[in-house]
Amino acid sequence: MRKLIFGLFAAAVLAGCSSTPTQDAAPVEDRGAGAAGTTTAPAGGATTTGTGTSGVSGTSAGAGGGAAALKDPNNILSQRIVLFDYDSYVVKDEYRALVDAHAKYLQANRGAKVTMQGHTDERGTREYNIALGQRRADAVKKMMLLLGATEMQIETVSFGEEKPRNPASGEAAWADNRRVEIVHAGE
Amino acid sequence: MQFVSGNRLRRLLKALFPLLLLGFVVAVPARAQLTIEIVGGSGSAIPIAVVPFENESNWPLGITGVVAADLTRSGLFRQIEANAVVPRPVRAEDVRGADWRARGADAVVVGSMRSLADGRVEVRFALVDAVKQMQLAAVTYTVTPAQFRATAHRIADVIYEKLTGDAGVFSTRIAYITKQGARYELHVADADGSNPQAVVASNEPLLSPAWSPDGTRIAYVSLENRKPVIYVQSLDTGRRQVLANFRGSNSAPAWSPDGRKLIVTLTKDGGSQLFLINADGTGVQRLLSSTGIDTEASFAPDGQSVLFTSDRGGSPQIYRLRLATNAVERLTFEGSYNVSPRALPDGKGFVFVRREGGRFTICIQDFATRQVQVLTQGPLDESPSVAPNSRLVIYAAQQGGRGILAGVSSDGRVKQRLVSPATNVREPAWGPLPR
Repeated sequence: MRKLIFGLFAAAVLAGCSSTPTQDAAPVEDRGAGAAGTTTAPAGGATTTGTGTSGVSGTSAGAGGGAAALKDPNNILSQRIVLFDYDSYVVKDEYRALVDAHAKYLQANRGAKVTMQGHTDERGTREYNIALGQRRADAVKKMMLLLGATEMQIETVSFGEEKPRNPASGEAAWADNRRVEIVHAGE
Repeated sequence: MQFVSGNRLRRLLKALFPLLLLGFVVAVPARAQLTIEIVGGSGSAIPIAVVPFENESNWPLGITGVVAADLTRSGLFRQIEANAVVPRPVRAEDVRGADWRARGADAVVVGSMRSLADGRVEVRFALVDAVKQMQLAAVTYTVTPAQFRATAHRIADVIYEKLTGDAGVFSTRIAYITKQGARYELHVADADGSNPQAVVASNEPLLSPAWSPDGTRIAYVSLENRKPVIYVQSLDTGRRQVLANFRGSNSAPAWSPDGRKLIVTLTKDGGSQLFLINADGTGVQRLLSSTGIDTEASFAPDGQSVLFTSDRGGSPQIYRLRLATNAVERLTFEGSYNVSPRALPDGKGFVFVRREGGRFTICIQDFATRQVQVLTQGPLDESPSVAPNSRLVIYAAQQGGRGILAGVSSDGRVKQRLVSPATNVREPAWGPLPR
C-alpha cells in the first residue's frame, strides 16, 4: 500500500509541475499491481493524470518511509538543502542527520530516486563552477551510499552558479548559494 | 522540436505558442543590439582617409561609413577627414599622395558604386598608400543593396589585412548569451554587434556556446532538463540535436579543428572527466582518468593537443594533453586559480582566466617563452574567446552589477566595451572566418 500511495502522490506532483520538460524521468519505478491504471503518467507533466491530491496526503503513511514525510514540515525529510563553506565540498557535521534521514528513506524505499543538485556561488568561471557544484553533489551522494542508499537511486548533477537561491551578491548570499539540493523523483 | 530562425519564424511562433507557456524553447528575434565603444586605443593607430564612394549617396545605406566605423573600432586606425578634398578621388590614379600626406593620412580608400541592369550594384574600391603613392589593393564586388553591410565588412577586412598583416575579422560573427529577467537567449550577431538574432530561448540557463569550425553549427549547454545537457544546433535550419545527455552533468563542449568531434566534460563515470565524442553524439570515449576535476577543454589549432583545466595538483591549473602520447604537462604555475584556457588560432599560446587577490582577470600566455601578460583589470572578467586572427579577445565582464561583453587586443593595448541596453550579456564566443 505504501508504494501505491507514493505512486499516486508522485503523479499528482508531476501534474502540477507545468515546466517539467519532456525528458524527465518517469516518476515511479516500483508500482504496486493495483496502481497500474492510475499512475502511468507519461513524462511531460501537465496533460497527464487525473489523480488529484485529494485523499492522498490524508491516507499516506507517516513515519519513516512514506512519501508524505518528504513534505511534512515536522519531518527532517522536508529539509533538502546542505550548505558548504567557500571552496569546500566537505559535508559539515550539522547536515549529518539530514543526509542520514534521506539515505534511510532511500533504503526503505528501494524504488525511490533522488537527484543531488550541486550549486556554487557566483565567484569563479561558469564552466569550472559546474565541475565544483558536481563535486559537492558527489560528496553528499557518497555519504548517502555509506548510510544505506544505493548507487542507482542517486543521480548527481550540477547547476554551477546558474541557479542561485539568493540572487544578491555578498557573503550572506554566497553562503546561501553554496549548496546541494536534494530533489526526490517527481518533485 | 525544431529550432528555426529567420523568415519561418512567425508561422512557427504561432504553432508553438501553447508550448511557450510550458517553458519550451523557440527562436525569436533579438531586441537589443550591442554597440561597441572604444575605451582605450593603440598609440600607433594608422591614419587613414576613407573617401565616400562615387554615387554612394544614391543609396540610403552607404558603405564607406561602415568601413570607417569597422577600422576605427579595431583601435588600429584613425580617421582623417576626407570631404574637403576637391575634386573627390574615385580611382587609385586620382589619389595625389602629397594632398593626403599634408592632411596626415598614410592610406586612402577610394571607390565607386554603379547600378546594373539587373538591380544589383557594382562596388569598386581601391586602397592607396599615400606615402609610396602605390595601389595596395583593388576589388570589385557585384552585390544587392541588402549585401552592402556585408560588402563593407569585406572591404574593411581587405584594408585591415593589407595594412596590418593580419586577417581582418569584420566579416565574422559572435555568439553570446543574454539574460533578461528569467529569460535566457543564445544570440548570434555580426562582429560589430549588428543583426543580432536569437537562435535559442529558454526559461532555464544557457551557457558555453561553441562554434563549429565551419561556422554552421553551435554547441551549447542548456539546463532546461533540470541538468546540464549539451546540444548541437544548425544555424541554417535551426534544428538541434542532443550531443550528450548522460547520467550526471554534461558540459564544456569544445570542437576539434576538423569539426568531426568534440571534447566534452561528463560525470557519468564519476567525477568531471574529459571525453571525446563524435559531432552526432555517437562514439563517446574517455580521454583521461584523473581523481580530480578535468574540464574546459580547448583544442590546439593543429588538433594534436588539448588544453584543459584540472585541479589534479591541488588547485585549478591549466594543462596540455598530447593526444598522440596521452602525455599531460602543466602550463600554469603562478597563482592558485588559472582556468578557462582558449588556444590562440595562431598556435602560439592561449588566453585564460586568473584569480588573484579575489580579482578575476583575462591573461595570455606564450607557449615558447611561458611569459604571462595580464590583459584586463577585472574584477570579474571571464569566458575569454579569441578572434580568428588571434589579435582580439572578447570576454564577459561586470559593470554596475550587470553582465557586459568587452574586448581587448591580445597585446593589451586596445580596449572595447560592447554595450547592450538593460540586458545581462555573457558567455561570448567568436565565430570562424567566413568561407
